[in-house]
Amino acid sequence: MPRKANLKKVMVIGSGPIVIGQAAEFDYAGTQACRALKEEGLEVVLVNSNPATIMTDANIADRVYIEPLTVDFLEEIIAKERPDGLLATLGGQAGLNLAVKLAEDGVLRNYNVELLGTSLEAIKKAEDREMFKDTMQAIGEPIPESVIVEDIEGALNFAAEIGYPLIVRPAYTLGGTGGGIAENEEELIDTVTRGLKYSMIGQVLIERSVAGWKEIEFEVMRDANDNCITICSMENVDPVGVHTGDSIVVAPTQTLTDAENQMLRSASIKIIRALGIEGGCNAQYALDPNSNRYYVIEVNPRVSRSSALASKATGYPIAKVTSKIAIGYSLDEITNAVTKTTKACFEPTIDYIVTKFPRWPFDKFVSADRTLGTQMKATGEVMSLERSFEASILKAIRSLEIGLIHLHMEELEALTTEEIHAKLKCSDDQRFFVVAEAIRRGIATEEIHAITRIDNWFLDKVANIVAMENELKSEAMTADLMQRAKKMGFADKTIAGLIGKTMEEVREIRKGFGIVPSYKMVDTCAAEFEAVTPYFYSSYTQEDEVNVASDKKKVMVLGSGPIRIGQGVEFDYCSVHSVWALRQMGYESIIVNNNPETVSTDFDTSDRLYFEPLTPEDVLNIIDKEQPEGVIVQFGGQTAINLSAALAKAGVKIFGTSVDDIDRAEDRERFDALLEETGIPRPQGVTVTNAEDAIIQAEKIGYPVVVRPSYVLGGRAMEIVYSSEELKDYMQRAVKASPEHPVLVDRYMQGTEVEVDGISDGEEVLIPGIMEHVERAGVHSGDSIAVYPPQTLSQEIKDTIIDYTTRLAKGLNVKGVLNIQYIIAHDGVFVIEVNPRSSRTIPFLSKVTNIPMINVATRIAMGATLKELGYKPGLLEEKPYVAVKAPVFSFAKMQQVDISLGPEMKSTGEVMGTDYYYARALYKAITGAGMNIPMFGTVLFTVADKDKQEACELAKLFADLGYHLVATEGTAKALQEAGIKAERVQKVHEHKADIIQMIKTGKINMVINTLTQGRAMERDGFKIRRATVEHAIPCLTSMDTAKEIARVLNFMRERRLVYALALQDYIGGGDQLA
Amino acid sequence: MKGKLVLEDGSVFHGELVQACDAVGEVVFYTGMGGYHDVLSDPSYSGQIVTMTYPLMGNIGMIDLLEQKPFVGGFIISELCEKPNHYLNKTTLCEYLEKTNTPCLYNVDTRAITRHIRNNGTMRGVIVADDMLQADVDALLTQAAVTNLVEAVTTKEAYAVGEGDVHVVVLDLGVKPGVLDFLQNKGARVTVVPATATADEILALDPSGIVISNGPGNPKDVSADVVATVKALAGKKPMLGVALGHQVIALALGADTKKLKFGHRGANQPVKDLANGRVYIMSENYSYVVDEASLAGTELEVLQKNVNDDSVEALRHKSLPIFTIQYYPEANVETADNYEVVGQFWALMEKGE
Repeated sequence: MPRKANLKKVMVIGSGPIVIGQAAEFDYAGTQACRALKEEGLEVVLVNSNPATIMTDANIADRVYIEPLTVDFLEEIIAKERPDGLLATLGGQAGLNLAVKLAEDGVLRNYNVELLGTSLEAIKKAEDREMFKDTMQAIGEPIPESVIVEDIEGALNFAAEIGYPLIVRPAYTLGGTGGGIAENEEELIDTVTRGLKYSMIGQVLIERSVAGWKEIEFEVMRDANDNCITICSMENVDPVGVHTGDSIVVAPTQTLTDAENQMLRSASIKIIRALGIEGGCNAQYALDPNSNRYYVIEVNPRVSRSSALASKATGYPIAKVTSKIAIGYSLDEITNAVTKTTKACFEPTIDYIVTKFPRWPFDKFVSADRTLGTQMKATGEVMSLERSFEASILKAIRSLEIGLIHLHMEELEALTTEEIHAKLKCSDDQRFFVVAEAIRRGIATEEIHAITRIDNWFLDKVANIVAMENELKSEAMTADLMQRAKKMGFADKTIAGLIGKTMEEVREIRKGFGIVPSYKMVDTCAAEFEAVTPYFYSSYTQEDEVNVASDKKKVMVLGSGPIRIGQGVEFDYCSVHSVWALRQMGYESIIVNNNPETVSTDFDTSDRLYFEPLTPEDVLNIIDKEQPEGVIVQFGGQTAINLSAALAKAGVKIFGTSVDDIDRAEDRERFDALLEETGIPRPQGVTVTNAEDAIIQAEKIGYPVVVRPSYVLGGRAMEIVYSSEELKDYMQRAVKASPEHPVLVDRYMQGTEVEVDGISDGEEVLIPGIMEHVERAGVHSGDSIAVYPPQTLSQEIKDTIIDYTTRLAKGLNVKGVLNIQYIIAHDGVFVIEVNPRSSRTIPFLSKVTNIPMINVATRIAMGATLKELGYKPGLLEEKPYVAVKAPVFSFAKMQQVDISLGPEMKSTGEVMGTDYYYARALYKAITGAGMNIPMFGTVLFTVADKDKQEACELAKLFADLGYHLVATEGTAKALQEAGIKAERVQKVHEHKADIIQMIKTGKINMVINTLTQGRAMERDGFKIRRATVEHAIPCLTSMDTAKEIARVLNFMRERRLVYALALQDYIGGGDQLA
Repeated sequence: MKGKLVLEDGSVFHGELVQACDAVGEVVFYTGMGGYHDVLSDPSYSGQIVTMTYPLMGNIGMIDLLEQKPFVGGFIISELCEKPNHYLNKTTLCEYLEKTNTPCLYNVDTRAITRHIRNNGTMRGVIVADDMLQADVDALLTQAAVTNLVEAVTTKEAYAVGEGDVHVVVLDLGVKPGVLDFLQNKGARVTVVPATATADEILALDPSGIVISNGPGNPKDVSADVVATVKALAGKKPMLGVALGHQVIALALGADTKKLKFGHRGANQPVKDLANGRVYIMSENYSYVVDEASLAGTELEVLQKNVNDDSVEALRHKSLPIFTIQYYPEANVETADNYEVVGQFWALMEKGE
C-alpha cells in the first residue's frame, strides 16, 4: 500500500529526559523517524523536553517543541499545529503512555488526529496485564501462571498446582519490598506472611518462577498488510532473573537448536499478529534449558532499547522502517537501505556475533546496591562485533571504559578461592569477571553453571580465554600463537602483560609477523548481496574487504562510548554534528564509536563507521588502515580526550586544540602557571600526591575544602570536606579512584556558579551565551538548574567573564570549543575549571542561541577563522527569551543512593524549558523534569544549622502561598522564633508517628532538607530523602532550588501555565506574544 | 592439520582440516544462522561443497543424524565448536564429521569465500591438504562432475510414513526430511517412491495428490524418464512440485530453466504472492530457477516471485491441478504463513479432485 494520502503533517513524540531504562536509544529512534517522514515530504512536528538530543535540532523536524511531555502541553501543541497523525511508538514507554492518555482524554478525537502505526487497542492489549493474558491464552502462547492471594492457604493451593520455585510479590509496595523467591513450602509460608504484612492492601501476587531459564528475545516487524518478519534473535548470557537491560546479551542466539529458534520465531509472529502491532515489537521469552517448554515474559508494542540493539547488530533500520509502516507502506515497498537494491521485507542474516555489555553507574554511586535483579540499573551499554564469542566479549570489555582491557579484574586476585566461590552466587556487575577468576582458580565450569545458571557454552568460551592466557604465559611467542591470541580478541596490552613486554613491543612483534586486523562489513545479509553500508568491524581473518580508496581527504572523529553519568547523549550530539560539518566541507568523515544507542552509530551518519572499542590499539589500527589527515578529539567527551596523547605520540595529527594545550588546561600546575601569566584568579588551591600533604595544605587553605582527583569527568570522587578526619578518609578512597594522577585541594567558595561555552580560533573568541546556575557552588554543574541568559549578574561581572574567557581561550590556543566554569563570590569572578572540549551544555546553548556551535568549531579545527565564518568575537547579544535547563535523576531505580546534591554528579539526563517569562520557563523545566510540585498541602522543613536563616526566609514564602508547614525540632524552633507558624514533627528515631510514616501516608507533600555538616551518613536525613523518592514527592536539597520553586509557585497562581512555542519561532523571532 | 579450499579460478582460502579427506564439487554458500543440521540432511546439497556463512558452527552439537552420512560433498565453516552444550546433544559436530568421513575445512574466512562466489558466481573447488601440489589440485578440479545426482540420492525402495486422511505420493528426487515432516504435520499419509517409479505405478497407489520432491543439481540433468513420468502424471491427480520438482514440472510442461549466478541458500528469502500482495519469508536452496520468459506459450502462470531478484517462486497450471513452489514448505505448520499455494493444492486433494 502506498502511503496514506491524507497525511500532510505528522507529530512525533520523543521520550524526554534520559533516565535509567530509557536512554539515548530513543534519540536514535526519533531522529530516524523524523528523517524518514521528512523524506516522504511530510511536515514533521516534534515534541521532546530533552535538549541534549539530535532530534530536537531545528533541522531535524519542521517544528520542534522542546516542551514538557504532559497531556496539557501536548494538547496545546496539537491545537496549535493541527497534525493529521501522531507517531508515538518511537518515544519509549514515555511516548507510548502519553499517546494513550491523549487518546483516552479525547484529545486526538477532538482535533481529528490519527494515531499512526500500532492502534490504541493493540497498545492496550500488550500493556494491560489482564488483556495481555487473555490474548496470549486465546492464541495458546504460555505466560507464567500467576494468582493473587490474600492468605497462606491460597498460596499453598497454587503451589500444589504449579510447583516450586515461585515468586512472591506483595501488591502495592515499591521496589519489591517484602517479596522474594520461595523454593519450598516453608519458604513460601515465610515469604507470603511477610509479603501480606508489607502490602498495603493485604494481597500478594504469586507467579511461577522461571529464574535460571534461558532468556531469549526476538525483534519482530509487521505491516498493515500482515507481512511479518523477525529482525534478530538475542540471547541473554545472564539467565532469567537479571533484567535484560542489565544482562550481557549476544545476537543471534547461540545455544538454541534450529527447532527452538523456529518455535520462538513462530510464537513471535503469532503474538505480533494477535496484538495487531504495526511496526517494530519486542518479545521476550524464558526457555527451559532442559526441555522445549517456554513462557512469554514480556512484549513491548513499540521500538525499544532492544530494537536499537537489534538495529545496530544487524544493520536493519528498525525505527526508520517502523515510521514508514506507520504512514502506510508495506514492508515490500520499502527499500533496504543497506543494499539499496533489495527490499525491507526480508529477515537479516548476520555472519558475526554481537555482544552487548551494560555500563553501570556503581563507580559514581558507591553506596548503591550492586545486585542485579528485576530493576534495571545500567545507564548505558556498549556493543561489539566479532567472529567468535571470545573476541566479541573482549572487545565489549575494552569498550566499557571501566579501566579494564581484558576479562580480568585485578582486585579479584586478592580474594581466596573460597571467597571467589562465594561471590559467584552474587549476581552483580562483577559477576562475569568473577566467573573468569573462578575458572583461573580451577573451579569446574559445571560447578560454576550450577551456581550461576549461565549456560556452559558461554562458560567454556571463558575457559578458552583463560587457557590462552596460560599458553601466552608459558609458551614462547610465535606467529601462530600471536595469530591465535589476536583472533581470540586479546589486546596487545593484555598480551604484553602476560608475556612481560610493553604494549609497544607487542605491537612491533605483531606487525613484524604481519598480523594486522582485517575489516569486515555489516550488511544484513551475510555477504549474499553487495551492500553499500560503510559500517565495519575488525577481525583477524584472511581477507580485509574494506576499500579505503577515496578521492576526498579523510578526517576521523572519535565518539564518546557508552552513556554514563557525566557523559551522556550530549557528547554524541557533538560527534554527530562534527561529522555533519566535515561532510558539508567535503571531507570524508570516519567515526569510531561503540554505543549502539546513538545516532553517531547509524551507518548513514558518517561516510564510514567503525564499530570498535575506543582504545589506543583499536583506534590506531583503524588509522593505520584509513590513513586519515588527522583526528578530531574535542567532541567525544573525556573518552576521546583521554586518547589524544597516545594518538599524538604515535604521530597522528590532532585537529583543533593541540594535545599539549589540552594538557595545559588539565594539568593543575601548568594551568596555575597559565592563570598566573594571564592574571586570572581562582579559588586558592594546591596539588597533592599523598594524604599527609593534603592535610597540611588543607589546614593552610582553611576548611571547608573541595577535593578531587585530576582528570576526571562529572565530578567523580569530588567532595566538599569539612575536617581533617574527613579528608583522611577521602584520601584513601580518592587515590584508589585515580592512581596515576594527583589530587586537587581547593578552597570552597560559596557563591554563584556560572558556566560559559565559547568557540575560539586562537585569535578571536565567540561566546554564544553565559549560563547562570540556580544552585550555589558546591552542587555539580550537571546537577544544577542552568539559566540562559543570566538573571542576576551585573554588566560588570559579565564583562569580566567575557574578558577572562577570551584570555583563557587565547592563552590555551584553543581551536574549537571550550567550556569554563566560574564562581562569582565577594564581587569577584574566579575560574573553577577550563575544559578545552565539548561540554554538556553545548546542545542546549546551540539550540537556544541558534549558533551551530559544533559546526563552527569543526570548521575552525580544520583551519577556518571566526571572521571567515562571519562571526564577531565577544558575547552574542542575549536573546529576549529565557531557557532553563533542569537535571533529571534516576533515583527511583537506585536504592540506597543518597539523593542530596553535592559536587559529585548524580543526574542521568536533562530537560529544557523556554519562555519569554523566566518563571514560566522554570515551570516548564521543572514540570518537564517530572517534579510533582504540589499546589497546596504540607511542606516539611528539616535543614542544617547553617541553613536555618535562609530556611526562615524561604518558609515565609511558602507560608504566604498557603502551605501548611511542618518542621523537625531544631528547624521548627528557628521558624517559630522568626514568627513563622510551623508544626513540630517527630524525627525518624523519636516516635512512631514519625516523618517517614507521614510521607508514606501522604501527610507530607514536599520536603526541603539540607545535609547536616559532615560527611558521615546522617541516617535520618537519608531515610527521609529515600522515602520521598519511594513515594514520588519532591525533595529539595538545595535552598536555592527551593527558592526558585517558590518563585514558580507564585507565578503559577497568576499566569497561564501552558503555553508552547516551537524552537523555530523562538530563534526566528516570531510569536513573542506570551 | 592445515588445509585449503582451491577454487577453479585459482583462489585459495586457508584453514584446517577435520581429517585427511579431499572434496571436489560446486562451492556454494548457505546463509541460515543455525541450520547446520538442516543442511547436512538435505539431499539437494549432494555433490556440493557448502560454505556456512555464520561463523559459529556446532554449538548444539549433533542431536540426530548420528549415523547418517551427510549429503554435502564438503563442509566449510569458520569456528568449529569443540564443547557443544544442549540437553539433546549426543555428539560434537566434529566427531560426527569424522565418523561419517565428511571433508571439512574449518578456521577459514568464510565471508571471504562467500564474497568471492557472490562476485564471481558459483564455481568448482576442492578441499585438500595445505601441501597438496597444484598439479594434483588441478587433476581433482578437472574430474568430470557427477550428473546423475538424483539417481544417487533417491530412495531405493518405496516406503510409507505418517497417518492421515489424504494420501500423498512423493516422487523422491532427493527429498529433504523437512518436506516429509511438513506433509505429515499437515495431516497426510505419505508414500515415498523412487525416482524410477512410473506414472502407472504411482497412480496404482491411488494417491490423493502427488508431490514431485526437491533434489540436487541441474534440472536438465534429471533423467528423461523422470520428466516423462511427470508429464504423464500431469492432470491425473493434484500435483505439487517443490524446488527441483518445481523446475522439472516446468521443463516437462514446456518451460525452460536457467542458472542463477550464486543461487538462493538460506532461511530468509522474501517471496511475494502476486494475488494478495503478501510477502512470506521462506527457506530455500537452489541454483536454478524457471525462466519467466519461457512461460510464454505454456499453460503455466506465475503466482509468486522473489522480492529481491524478481525470480519465479511459484507456478500454477491454467487448467490442470498443478502447483509448484521453488521454496521449502516449513515443517512448522503453525507459522501458517506460507501456504497460499500449498493450501490450494491441499484443498484439491481434500476435495478428491
